[in-house]
Parts: sequence; structure tokens; C-alpha cells
Amino acid sequence: MSGVVLPPSSGPVGPSSGDPVPGLPSALVPDAAAADERGTSLWRGAWRRLRRDPAAIVGAVVVLAFVLVALLAPVIAPYAPAGAQWANQVTPSSVPGPSDEHLLGLDSFGSDLFTQLVYGARQSLVIGVVSTAIGLSFGAALGLLAGAFGGWVDTLVMRVVDIMLSIPSLLLAVSIAALVGPSPTALMIAIGAAQVPIFARLLRGSLLSQRRADYVLAASSLGLRHRTVVMSHLLPNSLSPVIVQATLVLATAIIEVAALSYLGLGDPNPTVAEWGRMLVRAQDRLSTDPHLALLPGACIAVTALGFTLLGEALRESLDPTFRR
Amino acid sequence: MLRFVVRRLALVVPVLLGLSVLLFAWLRALPGDPARTLLGERATPAAIERITAAYGFDQPLPLQYLTYLGRLVRGDLGTSARTGEPVLESFLLRFPATVELALAALLVAVLLGIPLGYLAARRHGSALDSFLVGGSLLGTVIPVFFLAYLLKLVFAVQLGWLPTAGRQDPRIDATHVTNFFVLDGLLTGEWDAAWDALVHLVLPAVALGTIPLAIVVRITRASVLEVTGQDYVRTAEAKGLARSVVRRRHVLRNAMLPVLTTVGLQTGLLLSGAVLTETVFAINGIGSYLFESISTLDYPVLQGFILFIALVYALVNLLVDVGYGVVDPRVRAA
Repeated sequence: MSGVVLPPSSGPVGPSSGDPVPGLPSALVPDAAAADERGTSLWRGAWRRLRRDPAAIVGAVVVLAFVLVALLAPVIAPYAPAGAQWANQVTPSSVPGPSDEHLLGLDSFGSDLFTQLVYGARQSLVIGVVSTAIGLSFGAALGLLAGAFGGWVDTLVMRVVDIMLSIPSLLLAVSIAALVGPSPTALMIAIGAAQVPIFARLLRGSLLSQRRADYVLAASSLGLRHRTVVMSHLLPNSLSPVIVQATLVLATAIIEVAALSYLGLGDPNPTVAEWGRMLVRAQDRLSTDPHLALLPGACIAVTALGFTLLGEALRESLDPTFRR
Repeated sequence: MLRFVVRRLALVVPVLLGLSVLLFAWLRALPGDPARTLLGERATPAAIERITAAYGFDQPLPLQYLTYLGRLVRGDLGTSARTGEPVLESFLLRFPATVELALAALLVAVLLGIPLGYLAARRHGSALDSFLVGGSLLGTVIPVFFLAYLLKLVFAVQLGWLPTAGRQDPRIDATHVTNFFVLDGLLTGEWDAAWDALVHLVLPAVALGTIPLAIVVRITRASVLEVTGQDYVRTAEAKGLARSVVRRRHVLRNAMLPVLTTVGLQTGLLLSGAVLTETVFAINGIGSYLFESISTLDYPVLQGFILFIALVYALVNLLVDVGYGVVDPRVRAA
């Protein structure tokens, strides 16, 4: 069904890409063609399968909780973030532990640890969603261009994508932060830019595998314009792997935000409520107050786990041939 | 085969050229005067004038690019604005530490990951399988530097089994030939130095190797499951081949192909992960060098880092593709 032969120049491909990769078993390649043949009932079927999958439910609950905490941060958190108003209680060798006023105690700057963690969720959500939106929209636009036109446009676009793929995301982040200065904006652009080639390849592969489907032939022979065929027939049927990927990428984005701000590429303000930042600061107090590192670290891991579980469950439910 | 290698090599050239254009544009887009950027904050007007003339910043842009390209081709990456050392030299001095770490991590991932993934597939649906799948899922969502913290906290700080930081005990007077400390110890016959370097490598390698390990387990498992259901395996079984022969020759061999690709794709992950791991464990590789250069915005070093890593990345990908062509003849024809 995915009988499209790709040009040999398509370069290194990840297992998450939608391209039919020589030698890679089809179970590793999200096969849009198989799933999408069922039209609208695909999503209804997927929803039915999702509700019965315990992994999907756990993932959805974690994601929902994370989003709620992020949105309702001012309501949930007892204090304002990055307050540092209890700095006089912090000594170089210890921080005050849990008390009635402070559920989890203070951090090393004298801010309420629980408040910082809650606002950290907000920071992660905003940067994660915005960067994924950047990656998705630019990547999908490039993929659409390549997949819908083919020919030299395809070659040109995919060559650019190859170049982008040859730059590790960390390098992109470093170079962008050097250009615009370390800031949350730099983080979003950097993480988003690193995702562009992933989405571009995925959508292109998905479009290519659909191009010779019967319904496309039918639409074309009805005399519909190329643009209509692409936008209202090809594109909607090629989107499901992209949606799945977006969920999975959100998990990566949340980890990357932490990693990059750990390297000093995020918000230059040291007291800001950001999980990666909190981890960096905890390093000096690792032997005396390990909870300062454990809690934000666990927050990152659990949130990323939630998005991963949800994304994988989504992938399986959208593609019945995908075996876990 | 040779034609395949040449064709694949030819593909690297436009990518590198494109990268050099991007890098040039990036350097020119940096805020401020390019000569000042290269020299750092404390540059004197005379020095700026000299660099402007030497680098040709007063020339038209295309000419500037050619000059720039010429310097790159000759391996001239400039000098660090912070320390004044030549960038390329600093990289070459620190690179072995990073490679040593990345290779050790890769070894952890492959030597543990393939058997575990195979085991999970063989016991498909069992408790062990679920445990391995769950564990590998957890392995992919733990941030590298957080895991590095945890390992350091438990095994170095609390239990005291392994060293907390560095590559070798500074009290050991080891001879360094290649700057791969373990290899150096073996080459010079200083067994205690080699052992000490190896012990220092354990925690960083496990921290860095965990994500690739989790990925290798998952891919191996999925791939073995996929291959086991193929017609040629049924044929092999039907013609009465011994179980072990079928597994070794038909299942494992075919299942290894996607695993190989995946391992090759870990290069970028290993390199960026190495930056974080080196920082946590105070390993003096290019990662910690980058870390120092980010905070001071040392542009010559940043530029050199980008170029250097992109080159390594491209070369490793090339090697993987060629290696893949050796293992799987179908790739060569594609």
C-alpha cells in the first residue's frame, strides 16, 4: 500500500518519520495509508480504542492535570512566583523544610518551593506548546509544498530539510540564543526550529503515500483543481501521523526546555520558576537537600511520560496495524 | 559498493556548503561589529581595524563569504575571545574526552539493549516483557542531566562507590598519548591509570547511555517481533531447521537492520547529551567547553563548535549509511 519509491537522496531518517524506510519494518513506520482508508469513522474508531487503553487514560490524566495546574497556577499556588521574600531563612548549608506556611519548604533563593513548581508547569506548557506550534506550522508548510508539488520544488525543499537535519537541535538553540540573547523566546524558536524538519518529512511522506490512492484519482478525474484536491482531500487524510508526532514532540520539547535552560540558554533571571533552572540551582545542595533537585526532575519526567503515553496510544489507536 | 560510497560522499558536500552559508549569515547577523564580535569586549580600535582588514569585513558580502570559506577549509576557526587560544586546537585537545564518553555510553546502550530487547520479544506478553517495555518508556522521559544528578547522588555522594567528578584521580601521574585516558593507560601499561579512568567513566556513561538504551530495547523488540512473523521465518521453520539456527540466521540477522539505523541516529542525541553529562560530572570535553562559552557568548568558539559538530555529525551519518550498505545490499541499489 505504501508503494511510493522515494528518491535515494532522502538522507538519514528517524524511526518516527513517516517515510517508508528501506529495511525498516513497517511496524515502526506509522502507516497512514492503512488507517486513513476508513475515512471519518477512523477518528470515531480511534476514540473507542483510546477509551479502552489504560496507557492512554493514564497519559490523558497526567496531561490534563499538567495543563490544569499550568492554567490555574495563580489559584493553586499560595504565593507569587519568584518571590524570594524568605531569603533570610536560607543558610548556605540548609533550606527550611516543609512547614505549615510552606508545603514543600523553601528553595535556595528563599521562594516557596511548591509555588515555584506550580509556576514551572506554566512555563513548560507555554514554551512547549509555542515551540511545537512553530515546528508544526513551518514544518507542515514545507512538507505540504514538497508533497503537493513534487518535482524540483520537492527536491529543493527536501535538500533544505536535509541541511536542517544535519544540525543537532542543541546547536540550533545555541546559535539562536547567541543571535537574540538568552531568553524564553530564543528557547521557543530553537526548539521549534529543530522540529521543523521532522514535521516536514513526516507530512511529505504521508502525502506521497496518499497521492496514488483511488480517492485522489477520483477527485482529479472529477475535474477538481489541484489545489482543491490537495487541500480538501489529500491533506486531511495525511494529517493523523502529524498529530501523533505533535503529541510525542511535546514530551521532547518539555525535556529540551529544561535541558537548554540548564545550559543557561533560557530566562537569564535565576529566580524564575522553571523546572530545568530549579535543577541547576539544586546542584550545589545535592548532598544536603536532594529534594530541591528530585521534585522538579520528577515533574519533568512525569509530564513527559504523560505526553509520551498519550501520543503512543494515539498512534496505536489511529493505526490498527501498529503493534506495540 | 564504491559507487555507493562516492555518491553518498557527494551528498555531504552541498550540505556542508549550505551550512557554511548559514554560519556566515549567522556571524554577520550577530549584533554589533563583526570584528568586535570576533575580538571580544575589550578590543582596541587598532585591533578592530586590523581584523576588519584581515578578514575583509570592508569587502562586498560575496567576497567576504569566499574569504571566510577559504579560512574554514584551511581549518582556521579563529581564536577564543575569552582565552585567546586557537579554537581548533582547543577542540582537538578536548574532543577525545567527549568521544570516550559517547562511545562508552553507546556501548552500554548496545551491549545491554539488544539482548534485553530480544529477550522482551521472545517472552512477548510476559511480565518480563511488560517490565522491559515500561522501563524503556521511563528511560526515554528522564532528562539526561536529571538522571546524571540521581546517579551522582546515590552512587557517588551517598554510597561513595564511584568518583563524583572528573576523568581521572589527579593524584595519578598518568602519561597521556592520545588523550583517550583509558586507551592511554592501556598503551603505556599503566594499569591503575586505565582502571581509574574506567571507574570515572561508569556513571557518566550510564547517565548518557540510558536514553539510547531505552530506544535500542524498544526498536530491537519491535523489530524481532516483526521479523518473527515473516514468511521466510515460517519457511525456515517448515523446512525443519533447528530453532537456534532460525533464530540466529533468519530472525536476529534481519532484525538487526533497523537497530543499526537507530544506533546511527543516536549521534546527535549522544553529542548534545554529552554536553549535559560533561557539565554534571565536570569532564573536560567539548561539552563543558561549550557550556563555558555560552555564558560568556564567546562567538569564535560557538561558531567553531557548530561547524565542528556538524562536520562530525555529517561524517558519522555517512559512516552509518555506508555501514548499512555493507550489511544490506538492498540499500546500495536504492
